[in-house]
Amino acid sequence: MSEPGRIVAGMLAPHPPHLVYAENPPQNEPRAECGWEPLRWGYERARKDLAAHPFDVIVVHSPHWQTYVGTHFLGVPHFDSLSVDPVFPNLFRFHYTLDVDVELAEAIEAEARGAGLVTKMMRNPDFRVDYGTIVACHMTRPEWDVPIVGISSNRSTAYYGVDVMQEQAAALGRATRRAIEASGRRALLLSSNSLSHRHFTAEAALPEDMSREHIYNHSQYLWDMQLIRMMKEGRARELIDVMPEFIEQAVSEADAGSLAWLMSALDYPEYPAEVYGYGTVIGTGNAVAGWFPGTPVDKTGEARA
Amino acid sequence: MSTSPFVRGYVVPGLPHPLLAAEKNAGWMRLRKAFEAARDDLQASGAEVLLIYSTMWPSVIGHQVQARPEPEWVHVDELFHDLGSIPYRFRMDTEFAQGFVETARARGLEARTVDYHGFPIDTGSVVALKLLNPDNAIPACIVSSNVYADRAETIVLGKAAAETLERQGKRGAAVAVMTFSNRLFSDWVAPQDDRIHSGKDDEWNRKILEFLALGRLEDVAQLSREIQRQIRVRKVVSFKPMWWLSAALGQHNRYAGRVYDYAPIHGAGAAVVGLAPSRNGVGDKEYDEENVEVYHGERHVLEETGEVEAPAEAAPGSVQTSAAPKPVGAYVHARRVGDLLFLAGIGPRMPVSDEIPGGPIRDADGNPRDYDVEAQTRQVVRNVEAVLHASGATLADIIDVSVFLVDMDRDFQTFNRVYREYFESVGATRTTVAVDALPTPIAVEFKVIARAPRS
Repeated sequence: MSEPGRIVAGMLAPHPPHLVYAENPPQNEPRAECGWEPLRWGYERARKDLAAHPFDVIVVHSPHWQTYVGTHFLGVPHFDSLSVDPVFPNLFRFHYTLDVDVELAEAIEAEARGAGLVTKMMRNPDFRVDYGTIVACHMTRPEWDVPIVGISSNRSTAYYGVDVMQEQAAALGRATRRAIEASGRRALLLSSNSLSHRHFTAEAALPEDMSREHIYNHSQYLWDMQLIRMMKEGRARELIDVMPEFIEQAVSEADAGSLAWLMSALDYPEYPAEVYGYGTVIGTGNAVAGWFPGTPVDKTGEARA
Repeated sequence: MSTSPFVRGYVVPGLPHPLLAAEKNAGWMRLRKAFEAARDDLQASGAEVLLIYSTMWPSVIGHQVQARPEPEWVHVDELFHDLGSIPYRFRMDTEFAQGFVETARARGLEARTVDYHGFPIDTGSVVALKLLNPDNAIPACIVSSNVYADRAETIVLGKAAAETLERQGKRGAAVAVMTFSNRLFSDWVAPQDDRIHSGKDDEWNRKILEFLALGRLEDVAQLSREIQRQIRVRKVVSFKPMWWLSAALGQHNRYAGRVYDYAPIHGAGAAVVGLAPSRNGVGDKEYDEENVEVYHGERHVLEETGEVEAPAEAAPGSVQTSAAPKPVGAYVHARRVGDLLFLAGIGPRMPVSDEIPGGPIRDADGNPRDYDVEAQTRQVVRNVEAVLHASGATLADIIDVSVFLVDMDRDFQTFNRVYREYFESVGATRTTVAVDALPTPIAVEFKVIARAPRS
């Protein structure tokens, strides 16, 4: 590839298995009647916009591959297995087959290691890819025809606090950007996480019964709207600044570092995100949003493909 | 002696090193040998069910119970994947699993079985079953650790496990899969350089093991929150397995404890500990938090909440206090009229939680249950005292007591003995009557008139 690589888009791509369940893809064993349409239609609109931004690889950072020693990268070229969600096995038993861009994964790992982060390549062929990676990738690219780079969530927040997590995630984001630029790839980045993250601890008899679905509490909703407003107004640095309080107050899954990684990789966008949808899943707040670096901003202040 | 049907309790680490890489580190090998010694003890114990509570299987929707008859997979740990793969095929006691879920639900918990091919059994459960029960000689069961579960919920889960064994006429062994201090090194360390992350962690680990060696399981359980503060990485699994284990085994300190071994695994404190009921243990618990039989916590968040009642304007002289059980109707705890205080009928429900010390007199289906009227009577007195205190009075101010018992023949003697302890010097009049029922499943209620404090 002669052209330098680049990030063509970054997405906030939440991973509730409920979304795949409600889509009824052939890979998933359980069947649904409906459910969580605002989010699923949001993903649908995101896919339409992404069609105008071809990409060679999806780089996904997932809170559900939790590593307490460093950041890990999928390092096996191909996986073919069954993913069963340990929390919602009644909804998600997904037969996946996917390719990994090991060359790019190794390049990001080397950049991250060079930046002082603790890293490791995952080379065990029996390893099961986590459902956070699979759901985000499936909802973004259900054709599964693009290789991925899977990045684990280093749980430094559990040891040191959110600030240290953010610094490490920011370093990882910069390393990701440098490796992509050097690779010649056109990359789509996925931050696979929800916003507010307090769950109900009971489930409706029919999981897709939308009469039972709502935000866990109003303060979570207010926090989610605050974050989304910042995304829509291109206030990424401010978003990072408030994230420790957001994580504390809204029990946010952003503590995994995925969103901080994405903002850093995108160099803290000052242009607006396209927010495709917001919805709750078993009480948690989820938004589908996209950033398109280098895309002209129209007069309404919204980025368009 | 414990009356729990659990004949053994064990604490084991869930990290894969003793199973996959024991030869790389002397401590990991000692832990491997410790597992093997515990395995021999387990197999000689007569346990018919091996129940695993794993902190490495987090759940959100209540508690999940593994009920697949023979789950089979090749497992890889998400962190220590370079140590290798773990093929497994286990034998589960599906009858116990079903019964456990039913019992847990009857006690107010959210619970369900999981029976799916490919369900990701967690590393801790896999390690424990592979090393403690390598030939599947004892059918097993695994229960998840709910990330939101507090002490009350965790204790009720332990009691539900014991009740299930009782109902099925089985003896069990309970295994808590956990580390003590859980601070892993955040960088890679060579196996030969492994050590406990800090001296403080090591000291706390050794103190806890000292307790357990003395059989003081309930004491350790009651120190859980302090242990969590001192040696646990925040926001990783809390130190709650001891609540579960102690509740399952009978909530006391009369065990023969054995620390098979203790060693670091990547900085965390790992130990294999065995507990067998004994007549020679330290004895009863030294202090106690609330004992919980039925969970009354948040379980109805999906339901319609209905109209929210606006707080009524307080009537002159009325008294309400959160230190007494919430009224079950539109009445106040007490009302002052002139020089007198009239207290509402007060039973033994616990403030806030509504639990009934000594257990309810009937279960959710209306079937009679054995209950402890002494415990109920003592709590009634405590509740009366709380209302009097909120009114500025004391037990000594009581003038007249009406007592309602639902079973005069069964309970009067015990009630009367306890009553004497508190009221012998008060000099109050008393009337005791038998009633057919009280509004909640309680055995005793007091109606009190007392002198009001001088304004």
